[in-house]
Amino acid sequence: MRSEFLKAALISLLLFLIFIGAWHMATLPKESATLAGANAEYAALMGKGAEKSGGFPPPAEVGRAFVTYLSDPFYDRGPNDKGIAIQLAHSLGRVGMGFFLAVLVALPLGFAIGMSPLLTRALDPFIQVLKPVSPLAWMPLALYTLKDSSVSGVFVIFICSIWPMLINTAFGVASVRRDWLNVARTLEVRPLRKAFLVILPAAAPTILTGMRISMGIAWLVIVAAEMLVGGTGIGYFVWNEWNNLALPNVIFAITMIGVVGMLLDMVFGRLQKLVTYRE
Amino acid sequence: MSLHDPFDPNLRTTACNCGHHDSQTEHDADLHETEKLNSRVLQSTVMRALFPQDAERRRFLSAVGASTAWAAISSLIPFGTLEAMAQEKGSLEKKDLKIGFIPITCASPLLMADPLGFYKKQGLNVTMVKTAGWALIRDKVQNREYDASHMLAPMPIAMSMGIGSNPMPLNVATIQNTNGQAITLHVKHKDKRDPKMWKGFKFAVPFEFSMHNFLLRYYVAEHGLDPDKDIQIRVVPPPEMVANLRAGNLDGYLSPDPFNQRAVYDEVGFLHLLSRDLWDGHPCCSFGVPTDFIQQNPNTFAALYRAILTAAAMARDPKNRPLMAEVLSPANYLNQPKTVLEQVLSGKFADGLGNVQNVPNRVDFDPFPWYSMAVWILSQMKRWGYIKGEVRYQDIAEKVYLLTDARKRMAEIGMTPPKADSQKFKVMGKEFDYTKPDAYINSFAIKRT
Repeated sequence: MRSEFLKAALISLLLFLIFIGAWHMATLPKESATLAGANAEYAALMGKGAEKSGGFPPPAEVGRAFVTYLSDPFYDRGPNDKGIAIQLAHSLGRVGMGFFLAVLVALPLGFAIGMSPLLTRALDPFIQVLKPVSPLAWMPLALYTLKDSSVSGVFVIFICSIWPMLINTAFGVASVRRDWLNVARTLEVRPLRKAFLVILPAAAPTILTGMRISMGIAWLVIVAAEMLVGGTGIGYFVWNEWNNLALPNVIFAITMIGVVGMLLDMVFGRLQKLVTYRE
Repeated sequence: MSLHDPFDPNLRTTACNCGHHDSQTEHDADLHETEKLNSRVLQSTVMRALFPQDAERRRFLSAVGASTAWAAISSLIPFGTLEAMAQEKGSLEKKDLKIGFIPITCASPLLMADPLGFYKKQGLNVTMVKTAGWALIRDKVQNREYDASHMLAPMPIAMSMGIGSNPMPLNVATIQNTNGQAITLHVKHKDKRDPKMWKGFKFAVPFEFSMHNFLLRYYVAEHGLDPDKDIQIRVVPPPEMVANLRAGNLDGYLSPDPFNQRAVYDEVGFLHLLSRDLWDGHPCCSFGVPTDFIQQNPNTFAALYRAILTAAAMARDPKNRPLMAEVLSPANYLNQPKTVLEQVLSGKFADGLGNVQNVPNRVDFDPFPWYSMAVWILSQMKRWGYIKGEVRYQDIAEKVYLLTDARKRMAEIGMTPPKADSQKFKVMGKEFDYTKPDAYINSFAIKRT
């Protein structure tokens, strides 16, 4: 088991090195042959000779972006230029808020749907229609009606992360083993007690799977939403660097988005393990 | 006009014009405090309005006494409010302001006022918020997230008229910049300099209600292309234009700088033509303020006005352009390489075709909101079918463009505003007579009316 783990890590590292190496080779600076005949002044105005990224950035340049941003993650140079930690905190704040609201709605509603086959059938068409709507499609509507861009951002997270939770909760609740419910009935357990002591623990693994999927979606959505609404957050950071066509910074941001997304997923993975039971 | 205590019953009618001094010079020397002067003016105006007869006023004052008279009158007339309105440097109603902007050189005066401390000097704490596109600027102004904003010159007109949004009365306090736009084409079109060869091209403009849209339509129509049928015009936020041009998503665009120069710098495009070659001195962006904000915060608005005009006056001077490139290039503002901004602002630039051009008025920052500019914008909105039916050009222009205010404030900070309200100008060699906009529209072969 132990050696298996080491082997996997070794292969991961090897793959990473090959990737960086290939990237480095592919982005080696080409001889600039364009300057023949053109005068020096024109070349200077075009930024030749100076530090200028032409084409895709080599890994070293991206590495420099990592060092610059990570060495000073909390700087604040005005409302439109803040350190990466501050941006991530803004994004996480929005995601947390939207996700929390989604949990508040999805769990009780999911319980209700799961316990009543009638409700399941009645609400199913709505859920099926609303579920596949892209987050950005909600944005104009949200901005127009909510009249506030940060609230709209939270709303979009909410509306996109609610569905997996709702569906999973309903499914989990509906598929609690009949025997357990029958036992509860024989013992004359009150409905509320039954919900918390029998159904909830039984459905918890499925519910948490739903939450984990929802969190993944919320983190996907925040980047798109912030690119649209701007102001703060990791999505805005990507957009701002895109304007400047500063690809090293964009690659840096992509990596950060990936790492944070992974951490969030790990947290929910742990929680999932906590509530899993063996029958 | 009497500027001294109008409640003094012992006024002399000789010597100076208030009767308190032996000569007019002595009188003038006495009136140095502007605030005092303002309230005196107000008080005397009111007193004189109430008692037009000099003798009658004096009789009234000596009968009841000055202070009683003052108390009686001020209970009826809100002197405090009147004075606040007259005293421009009165207390600010709102100090923390949020102003939106799009990261383009057009926003220079608004932006540079921040790092150079012009807002602070007026006692304002302004947060400049970078925004992703013009539609979002419109929504955030409507939602009152922004107190005021950088806007395209036609936007306040369109929004006030309720075209493309719910109607919301807005004013143009100043024009932000004149000229400073360009038509950029993809490098693969270097041999297609004649617009007649552009059939099927995909162009981008920043917004429907923009000078860019109207100028591009005008330009291709003058060359016989119908902008609605022969080419495609898409709305793309300026910051995303270079990336789209590089991806081959667009054949070209008429957009604000620095994105024209940036396309050259990144070797994906070349400058086909500067917008000053179409109409030298055309407006582009403006400083838009909701009308109710002005009414509710007259002093704040005045302070804001002064800060922006100070910046505009500074931006007009070519000497200051290198400094502007310096303060605007960081990520908090335009987030562009300094050399790109320098080329835009100084007018000495690489055109992407291997030449260095020198056009000192490539961009300028004349803040004066001519009515004739608004009338031209309206004429094009009508020409392309954005507004239908009868248009009261002059009325709308006068309602939206705050020309009198701008003139007053410009004079206050030592600028010399033009005397006229409107002027004739030429767009691509064709004269525009602001008194006959309908005849102008009818003179075009390609139109939607």
